[in-house]
Amino acid sequence: MTLLIYGIINSVILALYALGFSLCYGISGIANFAHGAFYILSGFVAWNFMNAAGLPFYLAAVLAVAVTGLLGFLFYWALLLRIRGVPLAELIVTFAAGVGMLELLMWRGFYGMRYSLPLFVRGGVEIGPVAVDYQRLCVLTTGVVLVVLLWFFVHHTRIGLAFRAMAQNERTALSIGVESDWIGSLSLALGSALAAVAAMVVLPLGMMESAIGLEVLIYALAVAIVGGLESTVGMVAGSFIIGFGQVAVARYISAKWMIIAPLAAIVLVLVIKPSGLFGKFKELEERV
Amino acid sequence: MVATSVHRRKKRLDRGIKARTDTIFLIASWKDMLYLLLPRMLPVAILLVLPVLVKGYWGKVLVYACIYGLLALSWDFMAAGGLFSLGQALFFGLGAYLAGILNYYLHLPPVVTVPAATLGGGLLSAALLGSVVRLKGVYFAMITLMLPLLFKKVIETTGAFGGTHGLPSLTPFPSELLTAYLAVGGFLGSLFIFRRVINSDYGLVLRAIKDDDRAVMSGAINIYGRKIQAIFISGAVGSFAGALMTHYYQFLGMSVFALDYSILPVAAVALGGQGTFAGAAMGSLILVPLSESLRALGGLRIAIYCGILIVSIIGFPEGLFHYLARKYHQFERVVEVK
Repeated sequence: MTLLIYGIINSVILALYALGFSLCYGISGIANFAHGAFYILSGFVAWNFMNAAGLPFYLAAVLAVAVTGLLGFLFYWALLLRIRGVPLAELIVTFAAGVGMLELLMWRGFYGMRYSLPLFVRGGVEIGPVAVDYQRLCVLTTGVVLVVLLWFFVHHTRIGLAFRAMAQNERTALSIGVESDWIGSLSLALGSALAAVAAMVVLPLGMMESAIGLEVLIYALAVAIVGGLESTVGMVAGSFIIGFGQVAVARYISAKWMIIAPLAAIVLVLVIKPSGLFGKFKELEERV
Repeated sequence: MVATSVHRRKKRLDRGIKARTDTIFLIASWKDMLYLLLPRMLPVAILLVLPVLVKGYWGKVLVYACIYGLLALSWDFMAAGGLFSLGQALFFGLGAYLAGILNYYLHLPPVVTVPAATLGGGLLSAALLGSVVRLKGVYFAMITLMLPLLFKKVIETTGAFGGTHGLPSLTPFPSELLTAYLAVGGFLGSLFIFRRVINSDYGLVLRAIKDDDRAVMSGAINIYGRKIQAIFISGAVGSFAGALMTHYYQFLGMSVFALDYSILPVAAVALGGQGTFAGAAMGSLILVPLSESLRALGGLRIAIYCGILIVSIIGFPEGLFHYLARKYHQFERVVEVK
């Protein structure tokens, strides 16, 4: 029972990490390696809004999401525009920007016990024999709501449909009047805003330090590789495999070896089905 | 005076010594020979003399520059085969840990540990990355980024091989001068061999894999085997750098898997220019002393590398070496557009 409940929660956390990353990659083909940096940056933005500007947490959280989204948007126009379409240059630039941001945060002294975000709700509830605190349930709800909202967004709104058009064929999308740079920068903005949302609900569970940024990136990558990028089902499945794998390893072997789970999952999936569990044919060509 | 607007443009001409292609030259005199030999021999000669001339702090910097240079070369070699890595620290760390473990637990001298770590590190890297060699581009880069960070985590949580404290008091090299020459020798040796290999048939296949792997497959060449070989070579060079660093520091810690060793080689290649190895060497010989003189900024060093990396990829994608080579081989003059 514990395994089931904490497995689900852990998986949803991983899905939240990966959501923005795989959305952004799926749409514009930009593997945003600065994803983890945006995640942790939003945490510190929220912290500063609360402690330096004295705003209440809810307002600070909303503002932090907005600011991070805006940063993602500017990131595209300032840096990525000029190297668009060269995947490896994009990769190196986003990675360098991400690491640079993390190092700057570290240098400014943003680590240690005093940096943490408050919980939404205190207390907890007992589901059968297992005690779960409300914050973790919050994470669960947020994750489910976000996935549903996103699905609705990309299937039933104009911008969402433009996103999917870009993902399927950039040139055709261009010819029917979808502006590729505009959509690309929006996808990056949305991706980083999603990272910020994830940060707002997950960060209160622990303390903030810039090293978490890399961890988030690693998990997002692992989920993306296992599940196959660009498909939402694959992403959810990937995060459940890794999430349950981790909890199982922690329970039956030792918590020390938890980190092995994503690696083992990646290698297994690559051996069995190199395009990722739910990858499409187009992806197979790209990856292998 | 009637103001006429005169349009001018730059006209570029290859020097006469260069006949038709990039690699064939007509050599007719001592002057021509010098023209070709100087830019090749001068840096080598300077590097060979430097260990005797500079001692102390800047001697250390020279060794670091060569060690990072080895990593940059190994990055460039893998990149020549289309394998883009964001985790050169993996090779570095494997070499360092192998050398350290052999020395600390089995008390083997550096004469044994360095070659053993070089070979073992290459084999281990090939074994680790061999399973994911079917991935291309971004996906391969993702895996290489993850591996060293995971290794670091594993060592941190399990406490294996000294854990967070590391292994202290390893055997040093007999003398400072010997270390410097090992580093410089390894650096120049790899540079020379890589430059030769990449223009041989073997290197041609590697470069073809980067350009169009399907075409190479249809030529009945096992591209996965070739990629694994490239990883082995590159891993061995990276591990050699790691083993050298371990004995030089006389200390082994988790920091060998740190991001520094992944970022700096990429930054060096981006600055120097990819594909010629000379660019990678040049980039690291510029970046390392630069970062040493910026040491006062402390924690900002990596952020500065990242800045240089971004600027050189976006603003100067050609790379310093290609730019200089072009300037060296061509006249330029301004002519009127008619």
